[in-house]
Amino acid sequence: MGAHSVEDIKQASGRLRGTLLESLANPVTGALAEADQVLIKYHGSYQQDDRDIREERRVAKLEPDYSFMIRTRTPGGVVTPAQWLGLDAIATTYAERGLRITTRQAFQFHGVIKGQLKATMQAINAQLIDTLAACGDVNRNVAVAANPLESRAHAAVYAQAAALSRHLLPNTRAYYEIWLDEQRVAGSGEEDEPVYGNAYLPRKFKIGFAIPPVNDVDVFAQDLGFIAVLEDGEVVGYNVSIGGGMGATHGDAETYPRLADVIGFVTPDQVTAVATAVVTAQRDFGNRTVRKRARLKYTIDDRGLAWFTSQVEGRAGFPLAAARPFAFEHSGDRFGWVEGHDGRWHLTLRLLSGRILDGADGAHLTGLREIARVHEGDFRMTPNQNLVIAGVPAAQRARIDALVQAHGLDGYRTASPLRLKSVACVALPTCGLAMAEAERYLPTLTTKVEALLDAHGLIDAPLLLRISGCPNGCSRPYLGEIALVGKAPGRYNLMLGADHRGQRLNTLYRENIAEPELLAALDPLFARYAAERGHDEGFGDFLVRAGVVKPRTGIPLELQA
Amino acid sequence: MPPAPAALPVPPLPGDKVDLLARLTDGLDAPGLWWLSGYAAGLAARPGARPAAAEPQAGARLTIVFGSQTGNARRVAEQLARQAGTEGLAVRLLRADAYPLPELKDERLLYVVISTQGEGEPPDDARGFVAHLLGKRAPKLPQLQYAVLGLGDSSYPLFNATGREIDERLAELGAHRLFARGEADVDVEAVATPWLAQALEQARGTLAAAPSATVTSSTSTVLLSSTTTSATVTPLRAVAPASPWSRETPFAAEVLANQRLTGRGSRKDVRHLEIALEGSGLTYQPGDALGLWPRNPPALVSAVLAELSLDANADVDGVLLRTWLAERRELTKLSRPFLARHAERGGHAALARALEPDHAPALATLLGTNQLIDLLQAYPARWSAADLVAALRPLAPRLYSIASSQSVVGTEAHLTVDHVQWEAPGGRRWGAASHQLASSDEGALLPVFIEANERFRLPRDGARDVVMIGPGTGVAPFRGFVQERAAIGAAGRNWLLFGAPHARHDFLYQLEWQQALKSGQLHRLDLAFSRDQADKVYVQHRLREHGRALFDWLEGGAHLYVCGATAMGRDVEAALLDVVATHGGRDEDAARDYLARLQQQGRYARDVY
Repeated sequence: MGAHSVEDIKQASGRLRGTLLESLANPVTGALAEADQVLIKYHGSYQQDDRDIREERRVAKLEPDYSFMIRTRTPGGVVTPAQWLGLDAIATTYAERGLRITTRQAFQFHGVIKGQLKATMQAINAQLIDTLAACGDVNRNVAVAANPLESRAHAAVYAQAAALSRHLLPNTRAYYEIWLDEQRVAGSGEEDEPVYGNAYLPRKFKIGFAIPPVNDVDVFAQDLGFIAVLEDGEVVGYNVSIGGGMGATHGDAETYPRLADVIGFVTPDQVTAVATAVVTAQRDFGNRTVRKRARLKYTIDDRGLAWFTSQVEGRAGFPLAAARPFAFEHSGDRFGWVEGHDGRWHLTLRLLSGRILDGADGAHLTGLREIARVHEGDFRMTPNQNLVIAGVPAAQRARIDALVQAHGLDGYRTASPLRLKSVACVALPTCGLAMAEAERYLPTLTTKVEALLDAHGLIDAPLLLRISGCPNGCSRPYLGEIALVGKAPGRYNLMLGADHRGQRLNTLYRENIAEPELLAALDPLFARYAAERGHDEGFGDFLVRAGVVKPRTGIPLELQA
Repeated sequence: MPPAPAALPVPPLPGDKVDLLARLTDGLDAPGLWWLSGYAAGLAARPGARPAAAEPQAGARLTIVFGSQTGNARRVAEQLARQAGTEGLAVRLLRADAYPLPELKDERLLYVVISTQGEGEPPDDARGFVAHLLGKRAPKLPQLQYAVLGLGDSSYPLFNATGREIDERLAELGAHRLFARGEADVDVEAVATPWLAQALEQARGTLAAAPSATVTSSTSTVLLSSTTTSATVTPLRAVAPASPWSRETPFAAEVLANQRLTGRGSRKDVRHLEIALEGSGLTYQPGDALGLWPRNPPALVSAVLAELSLDANADVDGVLLRTWLAERRELTKLSRPFLARHAERGGHAALARALEPDHAPALATLLGTNQLIDLLQAYPARWSAADLVAALRPLAPRLYSIASSQSVVGTEAHLTVDHVQWEAPGGRRWGAASHQLASSDEGALLPVFIEANERFRLPRDGARDVVMIGPGTGVAPFRGFVQERAAIGAAGRNWLLFGAPHARHDFLYQLEWQQALKSGQLHRLDLAFSRDQADKVYVQHRLREHGRALFDWLEGGAHLYVCGATAMGRDVEAALLDVVATHGGRDEDAARDYLARLQQQGRYARDVY
C-alpha cells in the first residue's frame, strides 16, 4: 500500500474509527475491510493469516486463515505478577502459541480470531494494560533498559518513560468506544489531537531509554533515544539521540538502516518538551508522499541534522546543552541473579525468541504462571526478548530457583553465549511481511553455527547473532555481528561486522544465500577469528580490523562522546 | 483501494448517457453500485435482449490482467490501462483472481503483467489464473494476440519464471505473440517504460484494424428470441442431442478434480469434485442430481468375508462373491429384513426383541448407526455365500445434488460431498459412495447418470427473487443456482442462508460467495455458525431473526428453496411457519395454508435427504 492511501485512510478515519465496528460485525469474512486493516494497527493489533496454509485454503475455496496479533503497550516491559496471570489466561483462552515477548518489551498474542477480538481486548484492559498505539504511525511502546543493578536509576527512568508514553498517546476515544463500549459523545470523531494532528505521524516512531553501561535497548536504533547520565546513582539528565531506525527495502538504495545522532543533553524536566518537539517536527516535515522514506532518519538526512536540531530547539523553547560523555559495554542482557542497589535480587531468564509456551524445551508457560503465583516483585521483559524476575527478597530466591529448574527455565545456565544472545523476529507463519523463516529457524541455525564454533574452539565466544524474516528489522538485524535478513524461503542476506555495543552497523557480506553457503561462508571467518583475534576482541570488531568487511560509509559509526 | 476515477477508460456511451450515468451513480453506496453493475451485466448477457453481442465487443477490446504481490505489477498495469483509456481504446483491467476464466477463449487482445515470487512462483492473486493457463484444460487460443511483461528480482535463481511460463504457454496454445516479453528487474521502470510504449502502439494498431463494435440493432445472429419467454434453457442445451447414457447404462465419467473444502481445524471432510461429462451427451439443469453407482470400500468387503469365513472366489450364479459384495449388494446400510433373518440364523434373542413393534426407536438407532460388519461382529451367525447374496439388498445408486451450472462449467458436473466416516468399536466405517468419491484421484472413472429433479427448478421468470436455505452440503445446488442466474442475467435477487459448525473451517465455497457478493451475483448472505459462540445458532434462527425481510421477499413473489438434512428441513419448516404467522398476521393453520400454496405454485421446493 502506498503512502498516499495510508495517509488518506488516516485522514478519513474519524480519528481512527473507520468502519471497524462494521468490519468486526461482518460474518462473511474473518478479515477486516481494507482501510480498517490499516486502522486497527493504531489499536494495537495486526490482521494476519497463517501463511503455511494459505495455498491449501485457496484450493479449498476458503479465504486465508485470518487471525489477529495483539500487542500490549507496556512501557519498559514491566508487569505485575497479577497482570502476568491475567495475560497468561488470555493467551490460553483466546490465542495460539502462548505468550511472546517482543524486542520492544511488549507481549504479543497471536492467532486471535475476529469473533473473539473484542473479548480479548476487554480481557487485556481488565488487567489495566492497554494496547493503544502499540502499532501504527504513532509513538510505539517506549523501551527502557531492563538494567537490574541500578535499581534506583531504573525506577526513575522507568517512571519518566511511562509518563512520556502516556503523554504521547493519541487523544481519540475511538479505542474506548470500539473495544470497551464507551458511549459516543458529542465531538466523537473530531477529537483534538494536539501532538499528532489529523493524520498522525508519517510513519511509526520509536523511543528508547538506555542506562549505560548496557545498551540493551539499542538506543541508536531508536527514532528518539535518551541515554541516562548518572551521578552517584541519581539520574541527572539524558543525552538525546535522534534518527535511528532499522528498516530497509531489498534492492532500494534510497532506504537503509541508520544509527542515531547524539544532539545534546537535557535535564529530566526537559524530556517531555524535547520529545514532543521531535515528534511534532517529524509530524510536520516527515515524508508523507513516499511511505518507505517516511521515517525520521530520512527526514534528518534529507533536511540536515543541524536544521532538524534547530527545529527541535525552537519547538522545545530551549537550547540543548552539550552532550555528556558516556560509554556502552554491550547490548545484551545479564543472565542469572544479580543484587540491586536496593538489596533486592533480580533473576534474568533466557527465553529463546521471547516465545513462552509449554513445549519440548520445558513447560515455560506453566512455570512462569507458578512463579507469578508466588512472586512479590514484578516482571520485566527485556529488549532482547528475555525476562527479568525483578525485586525478589533474598529469602525467596530458593523457591523461585526451584520453580525455574522444575519447568526447564534454567537454560541460561548452560546455553552457549551464541544461544543466549541471539534475537529473532516472529516471521512465518503469521507475519505478512516475512520472506523467510526467523523464529522457527533460529534453534536449528544456532545448533549448526555452534558446531562450527566448537570446531574452532570458539564455543565460548560471545557472538551476537540476529535473524530477521524480512529487511524491516524488528529483530534489529543490522546491529548483529552475524545477521541473516530473509530474502525468500530458505534464503538470506548474510550481514557481518556490527559491534556488540549497538554502535556500528553491519555490512552485506553475501547476498541471497541458503544454509550450506551460509555455513561455508562463516567457517573460514571463524578459523581466522580463532587464530588472529585480539584479547577481548569481538567478532564484528575483528572482521572490520581484518578488512573482511568495510564499515558502511555515510552513516555515523562511533558515537562515544 | 478502489482505483482512482482517472484510471477508468472513456465509456463507450453517447454523451447524454454519460451525464445520466453520472447522475444515476452519484451518491450511491458500494452495494448500490455493485447491484447496478450486476444489473447492467445481466441486461448485457440476456439472450437477444441487447444488440451488442459478445463477439464484436471482445474483438475491439484490450484486456489487461495483472498478478501482483507487492503492488509493482498492479501499478504498471494500471498505468497501461490509464494510458490506453486516455487514448480512447476500449480497455478492461483485471486482477488475475478476478479474471473470468471462461472468457479466455474469446479474448482477442490480452496483456499480462505479472511478477514472480520466491523460487519461481506466481503471486498469490494469480495462482488460480496461472494454474488454469498451464493446466491441461486451458483452451486453444488461435485468435488471441498477446504480450507479457514479467517483473522479478534477478538475485533469485528463477528470475521472471512466471512471466516466461505464461508467455510460452500462450504461444503453445496457439496465440500470437505481438512482441517480445519484457523482463523487468528491481528497477522496474527501466524495462516497463519501453514495454508500455510498445504495448500501447501495438494496441492502437490491433484495435484499429479489428472490425469496430457493431452498434446496429440487428438480432439476426442471436439464436433465441427473448420476446416469448425468459426460459432458463440456454441455446447450448437446446441443441444438445439426447444421451445414450442412463441410470441403467451409466457413463464412465472422469474425475477432473477432487479438492477438500473444509479447513484443517474442521471435524468434517467435505470434498468438491469436478467430473467430466464430455462426450457423454449428458446434460443437466441446476437442481438436478448426479447419480453414482458406488463400489463398497475394498477393506469392508475383505472384513465381511473374513468375519464370515467365506471364500472371496465362491461362485454365486456365475459371479464371484467378492464382486457381489463389492459392486452389487449393500454393505454399508442395514435393512430390517436382513436383521430379522440374521437374528433367526444366529439365535440372537436380544436382536429379535429389537424388531418388536414397541422397540421402534431403538431399531431405528440400530439401523442408522450400524453397518453389516458391526452386526456380524456383535452378533455372530453363519451364512453361506448364496444365502448371504440372497438376503442382502441390491446396491442402489446414490444421488448428489449437482453444484454447478452448465452455463458456466460447460460439460462438467461439480459435486459437494460430505465424506462420511467414523470410528466404530470394530474399526473405521465409511459411507460407500462418499468414501469412493473422496478417495477418487484425478483421472479415476465413475459410473454416473443424470437424475432430473423437475421439482427443484429456478423460476422461469428471471426477475423473480430466490431465497436459498442450504446449510452444510445442502448448499450444493445453490452454487449451481447462483452460477446459472448470473449467466442468464436474471434480474431477480438471490438470498442465500448457509450454516456450518465453524466459520473458520467449514464455510463451504467461502471465496466464491465473497466474490458473488462483490460482483452482485449474490444479494444477501446470512450465516449461522453453530459452534462459534456459546449458544448454538442454526439457519432456522436466522430465518426467524430476519423474518420480516423474508416475508417481504415472499410477498414480492420470491421462490423459496431448502436443501440439506431431513432434520434441518423440519426445523426450517417450523421456522417458516413462525415467520409467516408472525409477520403475515396468520394463525398456525393459515400459515400452513400459505406455505402449501407456495408449494403448489412451485415457489417452495425442498431437497432434503
